[in-house]
Amino acid sequence: MSRGTIQGREDFLNLISEKIGRPRSEHVERPEWQAQPQWDVFADENTDQLLERFKAQCDNIHTKVVETNADGLREAVAETIGGYESESVIMWDDDRLERAGLDEGFRSQMHTLGVETFVWDTLKGEDSIEFAERAGVGITYSDMTLAESGTVVLLNSPEKGRLVNLLPENYIAVIPRSSIVPRMTQATRRIHERVQNGEDIPSQIHFVSGPSNSADIEMSLVVGVHGPVRATYIILGDV
Amino acid sequence: MPLRVGEKDFQTRVNRGLEDAFMRGTVRSAQEQLRTRKQASSEELGDWEAWRTLGEEIRTHTLEHLDYYLEQLSDKVAERGGHVYFAKTAEEGNAYVRQVAREKEAKKIVKSKSMVTEEMSLNDALESDGLEVVETDLGEYILQVDDHDPPSHIVAPSLHKNRAQIKDVFADKKGYENSDNANDITRFVRGELREEFLDADIGITGCNFAVAESGTISLVTNEGNGDLVTALPKTQISVMSMERIVPTWEELDVMVSLLCRSAVGQKLTSYITALTGPKSEDEIDGPEDFHLVIVDNGRSDILGTQFQSALHCIRCAACVNVCPVYRHVGGHAYGSIYNGPIGAVLTPLLDGYEDNKDLPYASSLCAACTEACPVNIPLHEHLIAHRQIITEKENLGPMPEKWAMKMFGTGASAPKLYRLGSKQAHRVMRPWTKGSRISNGPGPLKAWTNFRDLPAPSSERFRDWFAKRRRSNSDE
Ligand code: SF4
Repeated sequence: MSRGTIQGREDFLNLISEKIGRPRSEHVERPEWQAQPQWDVFADENTDQLLERFKAQCDNIHTKVVETNADGLREAVAETIGGYESESVIMWDDDRLERAGLDEGFRSQMHTLGVETFVWDTLKGEDSIEFAERAGVGITYSDMTLAESGTVVLLNSPEKGRLVNLLPENYIAVIPRSSIVPRMTQATRRIHERVQNGEDIPSQIHFVSGPSNSADIEMSLVVGVHGPVRATYIILGDV
Repeated sequence: MPLRVGEKDFQTRVNRGLEDAFMRGTVRSAQEQLRTRKQASSEELGDWEAWRTLGEEIRTHTLEHLDYYLEQLSDKVAERGGHVYFAKTAEEGNAYVRQVAREKEAKKIVKSKSMVTEEMSLNDALESDGLEVVETDLGEYILQVDDHDPPSHIVAPSLHKNRAQIKDVFADKKGYENSDNANDITRFVRGELREEFLDADIGITGCNFAVAESGTISLVTNEGNGDLVTALPKTQISVMSMERIVPTWEELDVMVSLLCRSAVGQKLTSYITALTGPKSEDEIDGPEDFHLVIVDNGRSDILGTQFQSALHCIRCAACVNVCPVYRHVGGHAYGSIYNGPIGAVLTPLLDGYEDNKDLPYASSLCAACTEACPVNIPLHEHLIAHRQIITEKENLGPMPEKWAMKMFGTGASAPKLYRLGSKQAHRVMRPWTKGSRISNGPGPLKAWTNFRDLPAPSSERFRDWFAKRRRSNSDE
């Protein structure tokens, strides 16, 4: 990737340091913050407790939760799609979804039931976007899951398109039980560590908590103003 | 829409607000709802005071080293192939965005809510070049369709409109034929806006927080429009005011947590989107071209002054949601896109005292705003300092206020100052006090007290009175 341009920086930053009343800051160490309450939140809870917390929060964010194991995943997904009365499904091109059972076999089963499936395809470019726009359901896999807020963290990549969880009217997240952490604190620390190690981070990281909503009309909650109208989280127990 | 909106005269705006019984009803119930939700969800976080202390510490450190962090941010954005433009003024920022639009031969632009672009009147600038600009946040869209009605709240901009009015706006302007049910209206808007997204050449967003260590821009929304604005058009331009930055992802966590709880009482909003540069070559969605415009527009003049902490603001509107004056006069009375207590502090700093000298008086100095602020900005002290400057230096204030200022402005710490202030205020306010009520307050309080008696600050402090009133639930 070629480097981008920076314009107008020197004068702008010189003015700032002049107003603050000292020379330009050349090196700044981030201090050790005096208070760090974020680490105490649910710090002593185990995965079972965090999962209970997660499920309770999903009620607040209008998101259905289904629990299953590796054998039951296909059925749970199929039932959810059926419940949404959707005829088309788009999903990430993600090994983990394949391995969990949403593979070729699953797709042909869907086909016999009259449901068209499409796997996000970097080679098909605009076609993937068009399919996402008309699909009834989008399916992604959660990279990290936050108990406190009922959030799935999606680390996007070429195979894991940004629009899969946004454009379709219904959203399904497959959530491995092992991905659960107390809150955003743990997720952002992992990303921070990647940055510190000099790794590139994804061009988009998406924290998604339930369906799209708004309270802009008389403060009453409405769903689906831009993104999905309904969301289901399918929690996959470890095998 | 510039920083200043609506009628020029403060008194006229206040009167209009007071006359609008509907607006007051909605504002009141919104305040209650937002405040109760905030309280509940901040209690869950455990030690809320420790969170506030952390928030304040992070903001103070970042602002003190703003030049360093902005340099790091811009380097990181450029490393990832994004372009950064530092704009000292609104005009410079607008000119840059217009130039990008020209280079891209753009026709349509979709935007997600951004206060700094409002402050810059960016939409006007783009429209004067013949571009179509569509605000996609539901509240902002309603206002835009209604002939650019100004926003009345920081997080809920169309708060002053009821369903019937909103329905009429869409019926008149967009041929909407369904009911005034919020769900029906939303469905309609969803359809309208989907088309706009798919057609747009450029997406423009604000930035809630930029992360210096990685060159990341974050957007905090519930609707997901920010995500569509950044995923569909080929070009993305994010405009940030220069202070909206954190050192690393770890501070992003803290600031986002404080923002979501304080703004809407949620643990996290439905979408937090963190964008780093343009899409990679083999990604199919996301912008090919990414621009970050970093805007000063008068902010550097606040650095190094007694008002520096006003730049710590994360625009959560918690101060707005507890303000008794806002409750009575509504957001339009402030005449600024920044309303409520933070608007009364920030507007004179960004726009000068001359046109905004009444704003610091639109406060009861009850300090509820200061207590609500998640980053501990001493809002009521800033208001007192403004009044001092107005009465002493600028010589713009009326006599009674000058007198009052001597009493308030004795420079003690906040709670002490307030206690002292409210004790002394009894004496200062005596000429207007009948029994325990002030029935004909000075200055801007006049219109308010014409309408409703203000409790005198003597025997009972305003915040205690306010808390009691809230408990007894007999407001009005
Ligand atoms: S001043 Fe504080 S409470 Fe008011 S909007 Fe800013 S951060 Fe929120």
